[in-house]
Amino acid sequence: MEIDDIYSELVMEHSQNSPYKKDIKNPTCSVHGHNPNCGDDITLSFVIENGIIKDVSFTGQGCAISQSSTSIMIETLIGKTIKEAQKIIDIFIDLIDRKQVSKEDKKLLKNAQIFKNISNMPARVKCALLAWKTTKNILNEQN
Amino acid sequence: MEKVFKGDFPILKNSKFSYLDSGATSQHPTCVLNDVISYYKKNNANPHRGSYSLSVKATKLYENAREGVKNFINAKSSAEIIFTKNATESLNLIAYSYGLNNLKKGDEIVLSIMEHHSMIVPFQMVAKKTGATLKYIYLNDDFCLDEQEIEKKITKNTKIVGISTVSNVLGTKNDVKKIVKKAHSVGAVVVCDASQSIAHMPLDVQNLDVDFAVFSGHKMFAPLGIGVLFGKQSLLLKMPPFLFGGDMIEYVDEQNTTFAPLPQKFEAGTQNVGGAVGLLSAINYINEIGYKEIQKYENNLTDYAYKNLTKLKFLEVYATKNKENRSSVLSFNIKGIHAHDVSSILDLENVFVRSGNHCAQPLLKHMKVSSTIRASFSIYNTKQDVDNLVFALNEAYKKFKKYIKD
Repeated sequence: MEIDDIYSELVMEHSQNSPYKKDIKNPTCSVHGHNPNCGDDITLSFVIENGIIKDVSFTGQGCAISQSSTSIMIETLIGKTIKEAQKIIDIFIDLIDRKQVSKEDKKLLKNAQIFKNISNMPARVKCALLAWKTTKNILNEQN
Repeated sequence: MEKVFKGDFPILKNSKFSYLDSGATSQHPTCVLNDVISYYKKNNANPHRGSYSLSVKATKLYENAREGVKNFINAKSSAEIIFTKNATESLNLIAYSYGLNNLKKGDEIVLSIMEHHSMIVPFQMVAKKTGATLKYIYLNDDFCLDEQEIEKKITKNTKIVGISTVSNVLGTKNDVKKIVKKAHSVGAVVVCDASQSIAHMPLDVQNLDVDFAVFSGHKMFAPLGIGVLFGKQSLLLKMPPFLFGGDMIEYVDEQNTTFAPLPQKFEAGTQNVGGAVGLLSAINYINEIGYKEIQKYENNLTDYAYKNLTKLKFLEVYATKNKENRSSVLSFNIKGIHAHDVSSILDLENVFVRSGNHCAQPLLKHMKVSSTIRASFSIYNTKQDVDNLVFALNEAYKKFKKYIKD
């Protein structure tokens, strides 16, 4: 595996200059995610109205993988209904777990497909999944 | 020409990787592996139980190992050597059996800020349950414990002082003897964590005059799952058992039990004889080479690493400038890039280091860094391993530099 498969321009840009790394006013819910072994630590804030994810932002610190995965997840989920978002998250988790994912489903992930090679770096899988698993939990609570 | 020890370690002999994580766990020389296999092939039985010859043999090997540890750390008696599964269990034994029974509200526990979670978390529990206060000795600007802090924090209220011989993050050697003197002058007992130094520097519990000392076998070429607690006999005698069950008893009635004498009082259940055999074998391996030779070799290697790493302008190295106080652990970061991203690149270059908080979150918070990369060396490492590390760091820097914000 080449280094560039993981640390691509897209990943590095999102990790260093994410447009979603900010505070948003009046979030409807916030959630904290943490990988105790490596210190990745993020807080996600959501504005969810009538079952639609209107806006999301994050703060916190972590490695390039966890920061960019968080940013790209937000980019993918904004504008989606909770149901659509839950489906996308499940597809992403399946992709990282190397489960069979159809072409159509992959398309729904858009830029997030870039993390498919992270399974070649097993030590970093939890960094890529942190935001997604954290969001999955909070969306389940919204139903 | 200097002796190369790599050949003694099968996992490293013809390996393509540079193993720089001995601070987490060490590799094993052939002699240790052979002795452990031989124990299971020829001598395995439950110790202290059977009246048959094989069990007697296993018991003898187990007690020989205890005697070996006693001599290795210069304890007065083998009754002062308790086998545990690792340093963490040893520290929990002290916290539960000594800490909970001897501390009360108003008492103070003083730890150095460079302690591992295995020291901090058990004594936090003691503080919470007894109402004692937990205080920390902080660092000076050179990543060493501040001498004034030592004087200030250890007071007449101090009952326990916890100190490591060497920091697992910074590699700083601590002046344990001096801290013991100060602690004893106020009547406190000293718990010494020798985990990070035991493969590198001699531990003489009588010379240091520590009240308790702990270490794990797996950091000193022995198998996983065997650890040591040393305690002064006068203290161990007064302490209640930590774990209860078979082998630690004298008489058991339906409602009451009397306990076995030291050291069995603290060793409940079937013990790890294979681990103890491997530990003795590792002690013999260290003794054959000699700590003097080990230190000469490792100091030379660590100095070489320190010089070459501090030459890299993009690195921030967290180590004392005084080489007398440096052990074979170096922590650093590429400025502006997270340690995990760097260590993943190093991994692809076959350089194995640890990155993260190294089970020392309070220290990293005190240093205001979220994580570091840690390269830790042992006798089987060579200058080639250091060169590989420097090469891989340069590769990582090349990859990331255009993204680094000023």
